[in-house]
Amino acid sequence: MESTNTITVEKLQAELESLKAKTTRLENSRKDQLSVAIVSGDMDKILAAMIISLAAAAMDTQVKLFFSFWALSALRDPKKKAKGKDFISKMFGMMLPNGRNKLKLSNMNMCGMGPMMIKRLMKKQNVMSLDAMFKEAAELGIEITVCEMSMNLMGFKKEEMIDYPHLRYAGATTFVADAGESSMQWFI
Amino acid sequence: MTTEELKALTVAKSVDARGTACPGPLLEAKKAIGTINSNDVMEILSADEGTKVDIPKWCGKQGHEYLGAVEENGYFKVYMKKK
Repeated sequence: MESTNTITVEKLQAELESLKAKTTRLENSRKDQLSVAIVSGDMDKILAAMIISLAAAAMDTQVKLFFSFWALSALRDPKKKAKGKDFISKMFGMMLPNGRNKLKLSNMNMCGMGPMMIKRLMKKQNVMSLDAMFKEAAELGIEITVCEMSMNLMGFKKEEMIDYPHLRYAGATTFVADAGESSMQWFI
Repeated sequence: MTTEELKALTVAKSVDARGTACPGPLLEAKKAIGTINSNDVMEILSADEGTKVDIPKWCGKQGHEYLGAVEENGYFKVYMKKK
């Protein structure tokens, strides 16, 4: 009787050890973290991305945003100017929205009438402005990564990006690595 | 808890988030929760109907106890106890 008992305990211990190893592995691969690749520069989509990110951060989920291509317009600071751009970069700079308050709507843009109406409605309904959302995001420690490759491709420069405390520059590998350990990975 | 029981609670902190829409009330609640002690009751005033559903979810994740909601004239009072 005594011997069967010892065997059971040993078996249990072994089982426990293997379970521990498994949970550690799972915990590391599925952190309470949200990774979002934001490619769209449409005002409505940037709004959606920011609202969801703020809600996640308020629930203590670590949020990592990866801004690339058209979304980079939202990170331009209209007060800043970058020197030494070539002709095409200058053209791109002129044609793309200069900052988060100049973004267009994906639908019903109507030459800028749409965004104006949405902004007025947002104010009326007490929805935070994009400015307020970026401020909250900074306070909540939401990380923003600028895709360096697309920034160069679009002819933007680091000097014209917004002042944001958790801003960094990196490549697609960083997003993939971050997303790989996040429990939520999205593409907007 | 019944409406009467909720109204009779001693509230350690009242967060008035009526001036902000989603996700404003949640952000306000998150900021305020750090200022109260464990087992203190906090009420969140919100004009946003979604808050009634969102706050229980937040409590569930953070381990706080959701107590219930009371409808007032044009807004809601959501009650919760800090873990």
